[in-house]
Amino acid sequence: MSDAVFTVAFYVFSAVTVLAALGVVLKKNLVHSALLLILAFVGVAGIYVLLQADFIAAVQILVYAGAVAILVAFGVMLTKRGDIRESNLANRQKWPALFVVAGVFAVIYALLGQTNWGPLAAAGPEDSVGILATLMLTDFVVPFETAAILLTVAMLGAIVIAKEVKNSK
Amino acid sequence: MLQQYAGIGAMLIIAIVFPIIVIAISSIVRPKKAAKYKYETYECGLETQGETWVQFKTNYFMYALVFVAFDVETVFLYPWAVKFMSLGTFAFIEMFIFIAILVIGFWYAWKEGALEWN
Repeated sequence: MSDAVFTVAFYVFSAVTVLAALGVVLKKNLVHSALLLILAFVGVAGIYVLLQADFIAAVQILVYAGAVAILVAFGVMLTKRGDIRESNLANRQKWPALFVVAGVFAVIYALLGQTNWGPLAAAGPEDSVGILATLMLTDFVVPFETAAILLTVAMLGAIVIAKEVKNSK
Repeated sequence: MLQQYAGIGAMLIIAIVFPIIVIAISSIVRPKKAAKYKYETYECGLETQGETWVQFKTNYFMYALVFVAFDVETVFLYPWAVKFMSLGTFAFIEMFIFIAILVIGFWYAWKEGALEWN
């Protein structure tokens, strides 16, 4: 019973992700593409949940479906364009694109072939978030605080780039 | 663990099915041919002028940038909040330092006028 639910859920999330990703490329309206991108991110988060990586799933929802999608939506809003209904048209790079995609697919396929898909020796932890929290706040305090500095630097850098630098007096 | 997500799954199914039912019922009940004014952007009030899709002010992007930084911070807050009771005072101080470092960035953004509207 549980296995069947798992399989059905996997195929539903996969279908949602793939169809949404196709929609991102094929939709002619850039706003629709941006919204479908969020749906694709949420589908990937569902697959993470099925892989028992619930922290990664939360990060996927928070950062990708939340923040990255907001950035994309703002990018769409801020760009100057003509008719929004014709803002995401196909261009003439069909054959170069096919070439690149075939290359990427070949690499992924080769790596898939090399991976050992056998069952894991030990079952994954029940509470991955709790283990992460304990590790992060005891053994890895310095990297944790460094992440805060990195975030601050990234924010400051973004502000400096977005608002041109003030002349020093 | 998957059982705990059954609630979210049920919620997801309701969220997908409910709008379908509502839209289907409304398409049965509503009049087929709407009055002319139904097709206007605002049924009453002033008529719209110019393009609907305009370029927005770039000021919005500063808010988005600051939001993204604090959104990533939330990712670190989440495991800390889950284990808050068992981690003790030291973890609380660590998180205090973590947030203090980010508040410095926020203070800089404020000082530079990134959040000002002009």
